[in-house]
Amino acid sequence: MNRTRYNAYRQIKEVVFRNSMLFLTLISLLFAVIIGISLYYKSVPILDQQSMWTLLSGESWKPLKGEFGFFPFIMGTLWVTGIAIIISLPLCLLSAIYLSEYAHPYIKKIVYPMIDVLAGIPPVVYGVWGILVVVPFISTSIAPHFVEFSTGYSVLAGGIVLAIMIIPLMISVFIEMFDALPSGLREASLSLGATNWQTIKKVVLRKSFPGLAAAVVLAISRAFGETIAVLMVCGNVAEVPKSAFDPAYPLPALIANNYGEMMSIPMYDSALMLSALLLFVIILAFNAISRLVLIRIEKNFAL
Amino acid sequence: MKHFRVKKLEEKIFKGLMMAATLVIVVSLFMIIVAIVKRGLPAMSWDMVSKIPGGGFYIGKEGGLLNAIIGSLYIVIGSITLGLAFSLPIVLYINLYLPEKSKLAQFTRLSFDVLFGIPSIVYGAFGFTLMVYLGLRSSLLAGILTVTMLIIPILIRSIDEVMRRVPKEMKDAALSLGATRSEIIKVILRQVAPGIVTAILLSVGRGIGDAASVLFTAGYTDSIPTSLGQPVATLPLATFFQLSSPIAEVQERAYAAALILTGIVLILSITARYYSRKFSKNKI
Repeated sequence: MNRTRYNAYRQIKEVVFRNSMLFLTLISLLFAVIIGISLYYKSVPILDQQSMWTLLSGESWKPLKGEFGFFPFIMGTLWVTGIAIIISLPLCLLSAIYLSEYAHPYIKKIVYPMIDVLAGIPPVVYGVWGILVVVPFISTSIAPHFVEFSTGYSVLAGGIVLAIMIIPLMISVFIEMFDALPSGLREASLSLGATNWQTIKKVVLRKSFPGLAAAVVLAISRAFGETIAVLMVCGNVAEVPKSAFDPAYPLPALIANNYGEMMSIPMYDSALMLSALLLFVIILAFNAISRLVLIRIEKNFAL
Repeated sequence: MKHFRVKKLEEKIFKGLMMAATLVIVVSLFMIIVAIVKRGLPAMSWDMVSKIPGGGFYIGKEGGLLNAIIGSLYIVIGSITLGLAFSLPIVLYINLYLPEKSKLAQFTRLSFDVLFGIPSIVYGAFGFTLMVYLGLRSSLLAGILTVTMLIIPILIRSIDEVMRRVPKEMKDAALSLGATRSEIIKVILRQVAPGIVTAILLSVGRGIGDAASVLFTAGYTDSIPTSLGQPVATLPLATFFQLSSPIAEVQERAYAAALILTGIVLILSITARYYSRKFSKNKI
């Protein structure tokens, strides 16, 4: 009798566990939807007042007059991200090829942990480094060759700091892609008399191209959303930058910097929430696309 | 023959470039750490880690960063606890109850991969909206909730990665002995314990260093909070705010805070590495 009661208890426990876990899993899937909806709900007031297009293409940002033009901020984000990718892509590609195709296991053993450490350094520390090293360097050593005067707080400084920040993400996905490539492909090419480099150029890179592209998209979306580090070194002037030595004001920095005052000015918080929504939607889409590509590649190579 | 020499030369040039690129990456890591240590070390003192800001702290008088250190610890401890309470059941469910090729499991994994990429400022903005909606003000509780959202994807991704590798036979053996699925959980958890430790360390590193999520939600204060409803200072914000001060002595504190933060994160990532060595390859 006791035994059956105990078993019944186990059965009930099992059902309760399973269903509560399923419930939690299903709820968690709604999480992204909830974020999206609540940010949208918050940005409805400003969307009612001005069209999306006016907001996105407007160049003037004067919250007190009710002018909310996002164009300078969008351009700021694009400039900074563009420079970051231009700097980090070649570095990551070359280094990832070296680490996965040439490097002695001993070197990998030293370099991999370092990339991990680089990934773990908090954004604010990158920002401090930017202010201590990158900004003065630009202001005294690089800018004088190109423009008359620059404080150093510029698109270029943001781009350099951001480039270092996205290296770990990009390089680790690159390496994963190269490592996932079946070695039979390489051996076939080498056995036909191709050199190592020719094999890399004609086989490895070509075959892993979709994965590499997905990695770059992931890195771009990481760069889009980076806030504190970029904010600390970019100068934050709400104008479209004309050169790499001009200050810029990326979207995330706009949100972070104005949070204190946004409650007192009408439409201000709505405008800021709209920019958070924009970031969210763009980054969500970028991430979803590149993750899908990566999953697909993983499946293909696993065969 | 000449053609062969050209090929060899090309190979050599590119190999040189690759090594140079790797060197640049490694050197920039060292440059960052050296710059932080060089600037932060002179600003460090026992007072810095053992005292809260005194009167006149922000014009350069006495005091330390204890408020921010304790605040960051509170936030991280709270959000790890909460985060595990959410993520463990989810990971267990998709690994234990769902079949290997389950669409739901795949979709859950994808959705947390995607959430992992959402920037902390968006979580911060969402946390702020939630906070206003619930009638909270910036507080320890709001900070913990926001950081929890930020680290759940990390916890789920990295625990899932270890749990997927638990041999199927182990589950089958336990099941065949008459255990129910919820009873196997113990077996599985014991098996992935080091993986969970790694996941926790990774998310502590992310949670303790992130400024944008707590900027809106946790507030800032000179004292150590005694309840969940009070605002709380954090190390990244201590760095960020004090660096923007025009007074040199206050800026020194920012460098000290950055050094403390870097120290914590370095220790965490080395420990995590130690634990994860046998479980995971290089993955971020």
